[in-house]
Parts: sequence; C-alpha cells; structure tokens
Amino acid sequence: MFTPVPNPTTKPVPAKFGEQDLIRRSASSITPPAKRQTEVAKLIDVSKCIGCKACQVACLEWNNLTEDVGVNTGVYDNPHDLTENTWTLMRYTEYENAESGNLEWLIRKDGCMHCEDPGCLKACPAPGAIVQYSNGIVDFVHDKCIGCGYCIKGCPFNIPRISKADSKAYKCTLCVDRVAVGQGPACQKACPTQAIVFGTKDEMKQWADHRIKDLKSRGFKNAGLYDPPGVGGTHVMYVLQHADKPQIYASLPNNPSISPIVELWKGATKYAGLAAIGAFAAIGFLHQIVVGPNRVSREDEENAERLTEGKSP
Amino acid sequence: MSKPEIEAGDSVHPGNPVIVDRYTVAARINHWVTAISLVLLALSGLALFSPALYFLTGLFGGGQLTRIIHPWIGVVLFLSFMGLFFRFFRLNLWERTDSVWMARLRAVLAGDENKLPEVGKYNAGQKMVFWSMSLLILVLITSGIVIWDQYFGPYFTIEQKRIAVLIHSVTAIVAICVWIVHVYAAIWVRGTIGAMTRGQVTGGWAWRHHRKWLRDLVTTGKH
Amino acid sequence: MTNSWTDIKNADVVWIMGGNAAEAHPCGFKWVTEAKAERGAKLMVVDPRFNRSAAMADHYAPIRSGSDIAFLSAIVNYLVSNDKIHKEYVRHYTNAAFIVKDEFGFDEGLFTGYDESKRSYDRSSWEYKFGPDGFAIRDMTLEDPRCVFQLMKKHFAQYTPELVERICGTPKDKFLKVAEWVASTANGERAMTIMYALGWTQHTHGAQNIRTAAMIQLLCGNIGIPGGGVNALRGHSNVQGITDVGTLTAAIPGYLALPTEREPTLESHLAKRTFKPLTPNQTSYWQNYRKFYVSFLKTQFGANATPDNEFGYNYLPKLDGIYDCIKMFDLMHQGKTNGLLCQGFNPLMAIPNSNKSREALSKLKFLVSMDPIETDTVRFWENFGEFNNVDPAKIQTEVFMLPVTSFAEEEGSVTNSSRCIQWKWKAADPYFESRTDIEILSDLFVRMRKMYEKDGGKGKDAILAVNWSYKDPLHPSVEELLTELNGSALSDLKNADGKVVRAAGQRLASFAEMRDDGSTNGSMWIYTGVYGPNGNFAQRRDNADPSGLGVFPGWGFSWPANRRIQYNRASADPSGKPWSEAKKYMYWNGERWTGPDVPDYIPTIPPERAVGPFIMNAEGVSRLWVRGLMADGPFPVHMEPFESPVPNLVFPKLKGNPVARAFKYDLEALGTSKDFPIVGTTYRLTEHFHYWTKSVHANAVMQPEFFVEMSEQLAKEKGIRHGQMVRIWSKRGEVKGKAVVTKRLKPFMVDGKTVHEVGLPLNFGFIGETKKASPINGLTSAIGDSNSQTPEFKAFLVNIEPIAGPAA
Repeated sequence: MFTPVPNPTTKPVPAKFGEQDLIRRSASSITPPAKRQTEVAKLIDVSKCIGCKACQVACLEWNNLTEDVGVNTGVYDNPHDLTENTWTLMRYTEYENAESGNLEWLIRKDGCMHCEDPGCLKACPAPGAIVQYSNGIVDFVHDKCIGCGYCIKGCPFNIPRISKADSKAYKCTLCVDRVAVGQGPACQKACPTQAIVFGTKDEMKQWADHRIKDLKSRGFKNAGLYDPPGVGGTHVMYVLQHADKPQIYASLPNNPSISPIVELWKGATKYAGLAAIGAFAAIGFLHQIVVGPNRVSREDEENAERLTEGKSP
Repeated sequence: MSKPEIEAGDSVHPGNPVIVDRYTVAARINHWVTAISLVLLALSGLALFSPALYFLTGLFGGGQLTRIIHPWIGVVLFLSFMGLFFRFFRLNLWERTDSVWMARLRAVLAGDENKLPEVGKYNAGQKMVFWSMSLLILVLITSGIVIWDQYFGPYFTIEQKRIAVLIHSVTAIVAICVWIVHVYAAIWVRGTIGAMTRGQVTGGWAWRHHRKWLRDLVTTGKH
Repeated sequence: MTNSWTDIKNADVVWIMGGNAAEAHPCGFKWVTEAKAERGAKLMVVDPRFNRSAAMADHYAPIRSGSDIAFLSAIVNYLVSNDKIHKEYVRHYTNAAFIVKDEFGFDEGLFTGYDESKRSYDRSSWEYKFGPDGFAIRDMTLEDPRCVFQLMKKHFAQYTPELVERICGTPKDKFLKVAEWVASTANGERAMTIMYALGWTQHTHGAQNIRTAAMIQLLCGNIGIPGGGVNALRGHSNVQGITDVGTLTAAIPGYLALPTEREPTLESHLAKRTFKPLTPNQTSYWQNYRKFYVSFLKTQFGANATPDNEFGYNYLPKLDGIYDCIKMFDLMHQGKTNGLLCQGFNPLMAIPNSNKSREALSKLKFLVSMDPIETDTVRFWENFGEFNNVDPAKIQTEVFMLPVTSFAEEEGSVTNSSRCIQWKWKAADPYFESRTDIEILSDLFVRMRKMYEKDGGKGKDAILAVNWSYKDPLHPSVEELLTELNGSALSDLKNADGKVVRAAGQRLASFAEMRDDGSTNGSMWIYTGVYGPNGNFAQRRDNADPSGLGVFPGWGFSWPANRRIQYNRASADPSGKPWSEAKKYMYWNGERWTGPDVPDYIPTIPPERAVGPFIMNAEGVSRLWVRGLMADGPFPVHMEPFESPVPNLVFPKLKGNPVARAFKYDLEALGTSKDFPIVGTTYRLTEHFHYWTKSVHANAVMQPEFFVEMSEQLAKEKGIRHGQMVRIWSKRGEVKGKAVVTKRLKPFMVDGKTVHEVGLPLNFGFIGETKKASPINGLTSAIGDSNSQTPEFKAFLVNIEPIAGPAA
C-alpha cells in the first residue's frame, strides 16, 4: 500500500507555495524562483480502477460544483463529457484483446494532465489567467480569465471547458488548495483502491515501476507509464496495461504535444505579424519623408476648369 | 470608347475651382462605419493576439468585454463592407490599363502621374485594396465564426478551430497592413480625405489622379 | 464474514462469485487490490456479467444466473476426484469421517423423507450413526462407504466440467482454470478467500449456494486461516449489526431463537438448543445457550425475570411460523393486516412483485414511515403515470411520515461485514423536527404502555413486564443501550474458589462471565466485551497492526470476543503447529494458544485433548454434510430457479427447490420460458446505495437513469439500438429503460440452446433526483429460499422489445 497522507489537523496550516513559486504565467514574462519546489504528481493506475466514480463525486464536493442530472445514453459514462463543473470523468472502454482473447473493461479517469509544457498556458492571451507553479501544478485564475477558449485550442488533451454561466474556463486544479497545505487531491483521497495515488513525481515514478512489474507478471507485457515527453512530461500520469496503445483508453493521445498550429500561431505568427504591421507603417513614414506629399497643382485645377468649360485643357 | 466609369451620385460642378462630387452621403456613412469597425477590430484583435498589446482591452472595458465585443463588431464590419462591396465593385473590376499602371509602380510611388495611363474612378492600387479587403474580410468572418465558441463552439472540432485561429490571425495582420496602405495613400495624396468627409474633391484632384473619370463625368454631362 | 476485510490482503487466490465486490463494496475491495498488488494474488470472478470486479480479474468465467450449485458442485468433484484436497484438514477438522445413518438416501434429486403435499422433508433420517457410548461413529480412514466423505464423493461424481458447460453455459476451459486455481490452495501453504453477496443468497436455493462454497473451502483447508474464509459481504454499513441484534422475526439478539408454539416452557426451548457433544472431549459451545438466554431475559424483563417465572419466558411471544416481510406482505395482500410501520424501509422498491406490494399497501388502514428521506413507498397511493399507475381515489390507507435523523446526525455504533463494531460520532445537528429512531420508538412504547395500563388488552402482562429503566424513558442514551447489549453483573460474581471476579453493577468483559441463574444480564452475548469494564471498545481507533496480517486488534471490537478470524484454531495442525510458515496464525506454544488474534478456542486446552477447532458445533468439526440443519438437504443439489429458461438437466423431476417457500399467489404468478425466454437478474450500481441515493443530487448525476444491460447479440436479434428505450416485462409486471448494449454480456450456450440474459439495476424509482422509473421489482417473484426465505431476485424470466423512438 502506498502510505497515505495523514489527515490534517484542525489547526490552520500555512500554504507551502504561492505566487512567489510561479514558473510560468500566461501572457506575461516572469522571473522564475531561484529554487524549484519538489515536483508533485498524481498517478492514476488504470489497472486498479474499478470505475466507482468516487473521484468524480469527491471532485464535485470539494470544489463545490453542481452538475446537471443527465440521461443514460447507453454507456456508464456520466456525465457524458467533461464540463465546467465536471473536472474529472471516468471513461469506459470495452476492449477485446485479440492477443489474449479476453475482454478488458478499461476505465480511465480523464482530467487535466498538468503538463510540464502546458499548451493552455501557451495559448492564453490574458496575463496571469493561467499559471504554473514550480511543483508542476497548472492552475486557472478565474478573475483574470476572459473566456476566449484559446486554452482549449492549446490543450493537447481536450480538457478545459468554458462555463455557460460565467464564460470562464474551468478544469482540474490538482486541488491546488489541498496540496498547498500538504494534502493530496480530493479524488485521490476518495479513491478506495489506490488507483489514484499522489506524491512527489519521483515517488510516483517509482510506485509506477512497482505496479508495472506486477502487471508484466500477469501477462501485460506492454504495461508502462504514461508520462508523455511531447509535453515535457505530465504531473498526472497513468499506469496503463497497454502503454503501447494509449489510444484504446478512450482516445488518450499516443504522443501528445502542443499542436504545431498553436505553436505557429503563438510563436512565429505573433512576432512576424507585429513586425509586418510595423514595417508597413514605417515604409509609409519613410515614403512621406522621401517623396513628400502628392499635391494637386494650380495647373491641375486649371486643366479641370478648362475641361468642364468644354475647352481643351 | 468604353462605357463611362462613373457611379451614382458622381457629378461635376464647374466653377473656380471645379468641384466634383465623389461619394454620396450614404457611401460616406457606409465607409466610416466600416472604417470604425475595422479600427476597433484591429485594436481588440491585437489585444487578444499579443500579450504586449493586452492593455488595449482597457479600451473595451476589460478582457471579457473585449472577447464578447470583438466578434460582434466583426459582424457589423462584414455587413457594412457588404454595402461597400456592392456599391463599388463594378468600377473596381480590373482593366487592362490597370496592369499598365501597376507595371509603372515606380512612377506611382514617386507621384509622377504623367507617366501613367489615365485612371478612371479607381486606380489599380485602390482596386487592389478593394479586392484584397473583400477577400480578407470574407476569410476573417468565416474563420471568426469557427472560433466564436460562445455560439458556434459545438459545431467545430478543436483541430478546425486551431487552423481557423491561425488563419484568422494571419489574415487580420494582412488586413491591417492593407489598411495601413489605404490610410497612408489617403494621407499622402493630399485632397483625398475630403472625398470621404465632404464627399467632394476639387477638379484639379480629379484631373491629376482620376482624369478618365473626370472626362467621363464631363462627357456624360453629369452636372 | 468468517475473516475480515483487512484479512483479504493475505489471500493468494481471491474468488468472487455471487457478488460484485468492486461494484457494491468498493471500499472493501481495496483489500483485493492490495492482495493482488502486494502479494501477487490471483483474482477470479465468476458472474453472468463481465462486471466491475471482472474488470480487475486475472480470470473471468461467465455463468448463467441461478446455476451456481452445479458450478460449485463440479469444483467439489474436481477437488475430490483429483485428490486435490487438504487431507489432514479434511480428516481432522470436518465431519468427513462420520458415518451416516443407513436410512439416509438420495434419489432423483430428492433426499429421504420428502412429503410432496407439504413441500417439506421429514429430516429424521438425516443423522449420524451413533455407537453404544452415545457418540457418533467415525472412520478416520474415510473409506467406509457410509462415511460422509464417501457419500460426498458419490453425490458429486456426476458434476463434471462438461455438465457445467451444459448447465451453466461456462466454457469448459474457463471452468477448469477456476478449478485449478481453487486446487492450488488445498495445501496449507496458500489460501483462497471466497467473497460473495446477494448473488448467492437471492435464489430459492441461496443457502445451498453458500454451503457448497463452504464445502470447497473446507476441502481446501481454507477456513480459519489468514487469507481464507467464506466471506459474506454485507450490503449496508450496519446490516451485520441489524442481523446480530436479531431483527429477523424468528430470532432474538445474538442468533438465539424466539420460542415456538411447541416450546411452552423455557426448559423445552433450551432442550432443543443446548447441544451436547457428538464426539468425546468436544466443547460444543452451544451448551452455554442457557446462560445467554437467561441473561437476555434478565435484560428484557429486569426484576420481573425471576427463577420462579422462568425468567419471564412466558412473556415472550411463541411463534406459529415465520413472519418475514414477504409473508407479511402476503398477509397484507389477503387483507389480514391493519397497519405497517416501516423503519428505514422502502418495501415498494425493496421486495419482489411491486404490483402485489402496491395492492397490499392499499389494503392497510395506516402506514407509518420512519425515514430520513421520502420513500417511494409513502407515495404508493399517488399516480405517477406509468411509473406508479394507481387511482388515489380508491386507496384509503392513511400515511404518516416521521422524519428520522440520518446516520450522520446521531451517535452510535455500526457493525461491518468483518463483525467489527465501530463507533460513530454525531457530525451534524438533525434537520428541523427529525428525531432519532430511538426517541421515536421510546415515545411510542411509553405511550402504548400507558394505554395498556389504563385500558388493558392482549399481551398486557408482557408489555408491562418489559424492563424500561432508562434514566429518561423517552430518551434512552446510546451508552445505556450498548450496556444492555454488553451485559452486567447483577450481583457479585464469584469463581469456584468463592473469589469475586466481577462485582455487582460492573459491566461484563466476556460472555464467558454470563450465568444462567439470573445474576447477569446482557441481551446479546456475542457483543459482550464491546462495552466491558474497560470502556467502550467500539470507540478504539488504534490502527497498529503488530503482526502485519491486517488484524488491527485495537481497532473497534470484533465479535465474538474481539476475534478477527473465526475458527482460527484451524490455522494450526492437530498437533498445534502452523500448517505452514506462510500461513502461521494461531498456534500452541506449549502452554497456551497464542498468535496475533484471540484464539477461537479455550486458550489453555492442549492439542493432545483433540478438541475440534469448530467449538460451536456439537461435532467439534465442521460439516461437509449437515444432518437436519438445512431444510433442503444435507448436501447441495442442482436446482434450477423457479423461472428457468431450461429444465433441470440432472434431475428432470425437480422444478425449482422442492421445499422453497412459495405462496399460492406467487406460484400462480410464474411465467414460462415459452413466453419469457430471457433470463433477468437484478443488482445495484456502485454509483447508488439502494433506493436512497437516487434522492442525492451528486449520485443522480453519476447514474441518472434506469437502464438494462444486454449483449450485442440480443440487441441485434430484437432490433434494439444502443441507448434506445426498451420495454422489459415478466409475468408480473413491466419496466422501461434505456438499452446499454455491451460486450460485457454474452449469450450462454446451455445444452445446445442459446440463452440470453439481461441485467437490471435496481436503484431507480419514481421519487428522487434520478429520471423516473418503475420499480424493478415489478418484474421479480416472491418465492423464497427454503432456509432464509430470501426471494429469487437474481434469476427470473423476462421478455424485451424496443420502444419506437429515437435513441438518446
């Protein structure tokens, strides 16, 4: 058993990190802190997940969210997708393993992956609306969010959702408020089977190794850790029975990275565009200086008068 | 001789100086609505485009309002530009002499108009502004709708939106550049702005820059 | 549970059948994942559906609902015929060696003594052969053809893997893998736990399902050892507690019996239950039944219980039969009941054949509901369209709703499946006018007693004799009640030397201190010690586990005597040594029995005395053959459900359990496989808790709407699209829900015939936050198990069709 974080005392605990520990801030340049906090991570062991949705309820409860009662559409997934109120969601896949001949019910807890290189933050135009703490947590700051939805376009995992009520973007915060006082996220706390564990990223990788060994011993020879390098690694990681085929887990991207289109948009385009605008303005200015104004002469006016009077100009 | 290159409302008032009616009140209002929309769009768009210009959201009451207003101004611009388009497109059709004009761009830039063919109501440069704006605005409104999440979010995939936002940005930059050319030309060619304020230019202006148009007005007896 | 939740981590093989622990017991299931992850345990799941537990399993085998006995019997046969049993355990710790009476026999699925007209057995021939010394005769070589072992071998021989495939629809190879994994634990080195729940009990032969499982565990030597056991997973946080306190109509607390009509005196009652040892030297702990019974009577009637009046035995009602809720509703349906008090009970949803229930409730004069939430039952009279289609004008039942505090708004104890009594503290103040159950019932009792005092009436003496000496009669405290359950010394208790071992007024530390002379009280002997002289042990929260075996001796209090694994003497061999170092638990250290747990044994009896480890049994050993203790036979027999898609392949004459409890109304409400070719089974979903959480918003979000699970093949056959509305109907009623078409259900090939099964979650109704639905029990039958009366919720026949309209 991974040793759980003990329950907190009833006394107030000072936050272990805050504003001063930001390493990235959307649409702004900041000086990162001299010393990075130990990176944290949540490890989701799909092979231990029974799909009970306790994490979903814990997320609603802790974050004081109210989701609508929906309908059944022929699957266990409820709600049917992430929403501004559903920050985490169990996604169920019935997978027929051709190799073993067995049916597998793969249940993946979807939610923000807290990328080391967060596409949402890169795409965000509002200064400080998305921040990344040095421990790896990527959080949305709602009073700065303008609801443009660029984060959705930046995210390689299709996670953020815009609220219909206040037009702001919402997603899992990795329970930044709990982590700040030494607790694990609410979903992890509620998970009955330790399919969700939380600790430092190093601890989680070690724990994942331990789990992968067990899975390999049970015939899952491609069991592995999902910590995609395309986004610099993530602070939410999966243990997958079939790490060679992440897409079978309800379309988990095989090799996610920030879309090259977004990179182009937020990189070269931004600089080249402003440069082009500047260049055009400058050329106009130079032309004015060099060529001078194009004025109508007295002669032109006379020619016009003659023309209107029917005379030859 | 080709058919006279004049638009409704164009007329010549002999005198000293000669006054030429170039744009009707309706055309001018139409233009300025478009112009203001475009400026506002550029400002709000640039605010969301570059963090360095995010402060411009202050002009619109903050980020959220900027995000809300921008697409609506876009709709206004589009509709307004449609008015301009149908008003002006006929005389903006390309003609052979336009190519000659373009070939002598050096003379154009030097203001040496004697070396250029006589020009109708619009010269080739103006026509290019007209057609490029028409195209750019069409692209902007189309790509803009794809990324207008509040109303059209569910109809497009994220990948489509990524492409759309890139296209929208690039197009907008081009449009701004074209706009700079347009505005600069109006300033550089003195006597032009009056056409869009009072609706009139002097006969000399018309003689110098749009001689064929002036001749056509005189010939057709538009007094 | 024979073992505990935390002990499951010691298992080498975890077998889940007749339950879906991951679905219904997610928190307890963590110990399965622990066993897998930290011990390398193998998990196998046998179930009609590839369920949430199966998703975690190393091996899954499908089985048609209701055919469990055939499957389990074939495992017995596999173990016995392949000699894969734990021989020493079987020889010394089971009744394998006992010789059975010559009159006992078995033919065509029936045991000797069957009376078809009464649908019951005369069990007199189901007995051992006794020697002249009065003790049962044994053959320790297990070779006598009349010994239990040989009878068993013969009885189960026909249950082959091929037969399993024909009856259960379980592919032979999948069955054999289960058998092999079971057999891998028949050696004292490895252990297997069996986890089951209502998937085994809710059949007309439910008790026999569990018995067969117990036999398998005994043959493997898996009872009494860490990581072993037959573990019943209880479906409510406190359903173990509610069973312990004897809320069944024929029981009083602590698994003692209410008297029957044929037991007019205390002595006549005790004579039938104070079992004498059947072999020499045995403890036969039920010899102490008298002490527990008298102590119970002393609590119940206080000073009114004296030796002269048989401690108030005459005040107890004498039963003429059992009055479980199905019987109650049958009587109600016959118009023989005036009023019903539902305490935390939603019978319209919970009991079978909702249409019958609805008609029965309509015949009441009054209905009282004590509940923290509004139940569907209290609105049975209201028209909810197709979901509860009644005419309110025709129903005269007066309904009272008494709001009760919820679990978090009151203090008290709950007892979990591990038999562990744990205290809970009040977390919030009650809402508005709600009161605790204790307050409401006390108020009711005090008022009724006043009326009896004033007006008299039937049973007046008994009512007035009840001991109600609480400080505040209207508000008995939970401490007072726990003290009553625990028991106290009423006068100084002296040992044989005359020394006072427990002073008058002190609470008892153990049921061993109980006396039969009226000097002790205590209404539930098995709980004695929870609130002994050293305080309330239910409140203990020491999570130290010195042995590392998940014993946690300082956490709460596990009855009996804070024992975490029952029958734990069996973890050592007859000489008192552990069977293996791997399974070392309780052992003889030369002076006494020791180990991490409380020995289930007299701690100072040396192994040489050959006292069996199953001290509650008169045999001193466990029973592979159960004499007359079960209504439907000493051995299990393959019986089809009352509604089955196929005839009984082994015993064609048997239609259902020949002695199942069946009322006329219910027998007439059975459908045939011609009209209803599809097997239906009900279960609950992890997102919901029974019929309660449909009233909780967050739970409703997680599973918002009733659905029916079916195979892709059935959907195709019936033209049902994924997510489409379908109608499901049985002989008794119909429901409508969304189709969940899934690969997790596959048709069964049963003796050459394709049998489809559909899964019907039970959590939905017409009250609450979820989408409205008809009660699922509109489909089910009220015919009950012959031993427990539990209805056959898990196997019945239905038909299904799509409802025109767009898929959601």
